[in-house]
Amino acid sequence: MTTPVPLDPQKKMDVDEILQDLETYRPRRKGWVWRKKPAGGIRMGPFHYRDMSEPLKNSIGLPASKYFDHIDPQPAPVVTTEIASGRFEDDLRRMRMAAWHGADHLMVIRTTGQSHIDGLMEGTPEGVGGVPITRKQIRASRKACDLIEEEVGRPINFHSYVSGVAGPEVAVLFAEEGVNGAHQDPQYNVLYRNINMYRSFVDAAEAKRVMASADIFQIDGAHNANATAKAGWLVMPELLVQHGINCAYSLAAGMPRELIGLSTVPPNAPPAPKLWYDLPYAVALRDFFSDFKMRAQQNTRYIESDIEEAIRTHTVDTLISMLTSADIQSTITPDEGRNVPWHYNNIRGVQTVKQTWAALDGIKEMLSLRMDGPLGEMVRDIKERAVAFLEEVLEVGGYFAAVEQGFFVDSAMYPERSGDGIARNGQGGVGADSIVPRDPDYMAPVCAHFGENHLPEGLDKPCDPIGGCTLCKPEKIVYIDELDPEDSANRRLEKTLPYRKGNLIRPEVEWAGDGMVLLQLTIPESEPYAREAALEIARRMGLEDPQVINLMVLHPAEGCFLEVKGRVTFDVDRTTLKIPPKVELLPEDELREEVKKIGLRVVAATVGEDEHSVGLREILDIKHGGIEKYGVKYHYLGTSVPISKLVDAAIETGAHAILISTIISHNDIHRMQMRKLAELCQEKGIRDRIILIAGGTQVTPDMAAETGLDATFGRGTKGHHVVDAMIKTLRARGQL
Amino acid sequence: MTEDRIARFEKRREEYRKLSDEQLKARFWDLCNELMAPVVDLARTHTSPSIERSILLRMGIDSLTAHGVVDRIYQAGLLGKGAGHVLLKLAEKRGCDVRAAAAAIMEDQDVLAGLFGEVRK
Repeated sequence: MTTPVPLDPQKKMDVDEILQDLETYRPRRKGWVWRKKPAGGIRMGPFHYRDMSEPLKNSIGLPASKYFDHIDPQPAPVVTTEIASGRFEDDLRRMRMAAWHGADHLMVIRTTGQSHIDGLMEGTPEGVGGVPITRKQIRASRKACDLIEEEVGRPINFHSYVSGVAGPEVAVLFAEEGVNGAHQDPQYNVLYRNINMYRSFVDAAEAKRVMASADIFQIDGAHNANATAKAGWLVMPELLVQHGINCAYSLAAGMPRELIGLSTVPPNAPPAPKLWYDLPYAVALRDFFSDFKMRAQQNTRYIESDIEEAIRTHTVDTLISMLTSADIQSTITPDEGRNVPWHYNNIRGVQTVKQTWAALDGIKEMLSLRMDGPLGEMVRDIKERAVAFLEEVLEVGGYFAAVEQGFFVDSAMYPERSGDGIARNGQGGVGADSIVPRDPDYMAPVCAHFGENHLPEGLDKPCDPIGGCTLCKPEKIVYIDELDPEDSANRRLEKTLPYRKGNLIRPEVEWAGDGMVLLQLTIPESEPYAREAALEIARRMGLEDPQVINLMVLHPAEGCFLEVKGRVTFDVDRTTLKIPPKVELLPEDELREEVKKIGLRVVAATVGEDEHSVGLREILDIKHGGIEKYGVKYHYLGTSVPISKLVDAAIETGAHAILISTIISHNDIHRMQMRKLAELCQEKGIRDRIILIAGGTQVTPDMAAETGLDATFGRGTKGHHVVDAMIKTLRARGQL
Repeated sequence: MTEDRIARFEKRREEYRKLSDEQLKARFWDLCNELMAPVVDLARTHTSPSIERSILLRMGIDSLTAHGVVDRIYQAGLLGKGAGHVLLKLAEKRGCDVRAAAAAIMEDQDVLAGLFGEVRK
């Protein structure tokens, strides 16, 4: 096995290289990993955090982190993001992006229909709504995760699904290939995939046993009930029952408690009074399942196309986790309701958790839940209903009988019934009549097998008769590369080569070179006209296949906000792009010395009819790290100052420089002011001994040449930049 | 029927009032375990094509061959012996390894005949 080259943060991941030598690649480690949370909290920048885990080696903080020494506090729970575009080779890059933003649990959704495939899939065919889970896909993905975890400095948990009609085989595949987490819940197969109930449960015991042998963390499927039932917030007693069934069954199959997780979603969403449902439910669940892990998922049931609405609900979901507990905080990409998730929306989902967790760090040290009021009563009510539910299931003849009678996913609050539960026939479904009784001499000469097994006596290990199974001797694993070379990652990668390694650039949100862009428009028309106008605008802008993916009515008559997606059909050649040179600033100490030597003085003002003074004050004042900090003496003339007055003041005080701030850009007024300053200084005969600098939000560095100034600055400028420009100008003129 | 159910629920509730939170929790878990006991038994005493294929995978058989072999063993009425058991038995009989035994089954499923004495068809 050749060791892959570590990732370089300045370079793109080489996907072609990931796909090489896979036949001999072995995962670097197996099993689930939790984050490390120091007992005494963590000090980061000027703050002490109480509920944060160890920081990353390489990461990207929240946008505001630049104001806080670029700290990037990492929440205590593992943070999940789901990545599955249909082309796993493109997902690898998104996994890397997500890891840099703080995801350490990467879940891969399976392609539509894989749960009904009776056997393993092989190769790398393209998926729909997910990825075909195969040995090659997993091995390549785990190899990428091995590199990514090294780059960010924290283990990555790679996750997919052990469900469907081939559960035991998928579990073996995952155990062999170092998959770290998986969904496994026989009820999911029965209720949502119409797989025969007996087959599903018989298979599940074997699958769970295999998962346990490789320390694969298990997540159940109960959350699907509140995503499916019409009124998701009423199925709470049933959810406790579903969790209980899977936990009890998992323990019986030999899975240790610490590997068993509950997939739980706060079931309600605003405008409902969310807290009155979600909090009692969260507390009841954590009381009954105190020995198990909580994977808190964000709500997706009531999310459609509005990204901001999704994020606000997800923020409250995260608050509920913080008020109760979460071992894993899962995120939902906020665009899930309107398209296959896009790269940057995985990042947004992770940011929602990071931002909420940092803001509310240690909340339980300041607030506690009041159980002696309505909360306590509601918690008890849910629990009693769940216990009664179980009693009735037993009364009607047990689990299978209850499923046949439609006990589950009924949209009413137990014991009420709407009669819309999902009923399944024990003799029907995919894989019906396929289980077989084990004979008295049944034998399976492998490790991690569940149930009756009549092995010869005196063995050390069950796999001794075959000289070791693949779980003990991974060299016995048989790797299949491709079944259909035409429908493969390599074939797809050939097509995107110019975008990945060549000089062509095209925007992407999902796949390399997909060309997808998003337009945001406000159209002052009623909905039908706004919709058609937006599409027409997109077409005239040259976008292919434009579609309105979000529309918010601002007022029935006054207008709508719309988001339109579409594809660009052209490429940009990177060799034709002119990248502005990056300015290396002189060190602060050197600048201070030079300022002192010359006794640098400036006059400054906001010019024209412009009352915006905040930006200029930040450039001047010592409090904001302005030029005063470097010893520059300034004379501030105020706001809306005429250019002529500034020039006169400069002459009068013998200033070395004039700094103007111009925010208003209406009718190009900012450019006019800048030109006027240069011209007036020319007229007065002082241009060669005065430094002229302008700044403003709509000002860019290349405007200096155009307007005849020495330097121009836009957003994000600090005093350091301005002093640097003045000293460099003086040096260039030989005046220093 | 529904009213009957609601009435029974209310009656159960009366009973729960006497239970502490801890006792209610214990009741919940007792019921879960009771509910799953016969299901666990079913799993312990039954197998399926997927379980048997997963066993062949662990024996170093590739997924495509495992599929074909288990189908043939199922058709021959031998799945209740365990597919791994069948391979092992055939390998012993032929003096080959389990991969060669799997290949032999793929080539001609009649090699399974009489492997465990009388075979039901």
